[in-house]
Amino acid sequence: MGWVGESVASVKSMKIRQSLSQFISLGMIVSSALIIWKGLIFITGSESPVVVVLSESMEPGFQRGDILFLHMSKDPIRAGEIVVFNIQGRDIPIVHRVIEVHERQKTREVDILTKGTETTIVKMTECCMLMASVGLKRQHVIGRAVGFLPYVGWMTIVMTEKPIVKYILIGALGLLVITSKD
Amino acid sequence: MHSFGYRANALLTFAVTILALMCAIASVSDNLNSPSPSSEIQILNINWFQKQPHGNDEVSLTMNITADLQSLFTWNTKQVFLFVAAEYATPKNALNQVSLWDAIIPAKEYAKFNLHTSNKYRFIDQGHNLRGKEFNLTLHWHVMPKTGKMFADKIVMSGYRLPEEYR
Repeated sequence: MGWVGESVASVKSMKIRQSLSQFISLGMIVSSALIIWKGLIFITGSESPVVVVLSESMEPGFQRGDILFLHMSKDPIRAGEIVVFNIQGRDIPIVHRVIEVHERQKTREVDILTKGTETTIVKMTECCMLMASVGLKRQHVIGRAVGFLPYVGWMTIVMTEKPIVKYILIGALGLLVITSKD
Repeated sequence: MHSFGYRANALLTFAVTILALMCAIASVSDNLNSPSPSSEIQILNINWFQKQPHGNDEVSLTMNITADLQSLFTWNTKQVFLFVAAEYATPKNALNQVSLWDAIIPAKEYAKFNLHTSNKYRFIDQGHNLRGKEFNLTLHWHVMPKTGKMFADKIVMSGYRLPEEYR
């Protein structure tokens, strides 16, 4: 009896230790990703330091699936810069080039006009109307583009457009983590 | 230890690392290029100059733009975005930048040019301060790389003046 009980106990403790260490290593992966992301936010000063280009409005400069690195410094916004901005009523940030800047004498408040607001592309009309009613100001801008990497973001686009791919991927990764022995 | 999965993983990691390193080196190599672009802009004609019904001044003008931007192109250059902006100060605004014209230069062979154009975007002031206004024309360029850091610079050309009267 003693021998059986001993081995059962040893198997039980093995299982617990193994699953605990798996749980911890999973936690390490998640938390290090979070640390990198938050660190980037802190360094760049932008609330989303890396964005994936989702629309074709910046063709041929940026295509769908390219990624942009953003930086948000105290420097004033100037014509020609590529800014990423959020306006109310749209959850996706918009990437456009600034073509007009009017900066007030005392308050240094700026009125900005971006290229999408003037172009006659039909796709942009909705956006134009929104911006015309809001009046684009500094507080809508979440960052200006400083760097560029092609193609890296296309996986994100696939995952947002075909959610089934995302579930399969998450499922496969989860299975891998659970079944892996080390 | 030597299963298919481990080997595939190691290969993928190595490939991605090398690719990232090459992208970084390509971007850094752009710093070795010290460009010396040149440009000249003449205003040939003020087509019309008027006050809009709600009180903002608007100008239409014709320009002659000569530029040589060939030295901006390196092996990591995808394209160069070029624009001409009128820059001036008014009692209300410390700085006004209004784009008049822009273009994308896709390759080095198109980077030396001379063209006549009227303003592509409307030149409208916030207010009615444009009569007799002195302004700068600034040629800005943004170099869009194949990968990595974007570069931007400008040439400021001063000494332009709008007419005293509407026409």
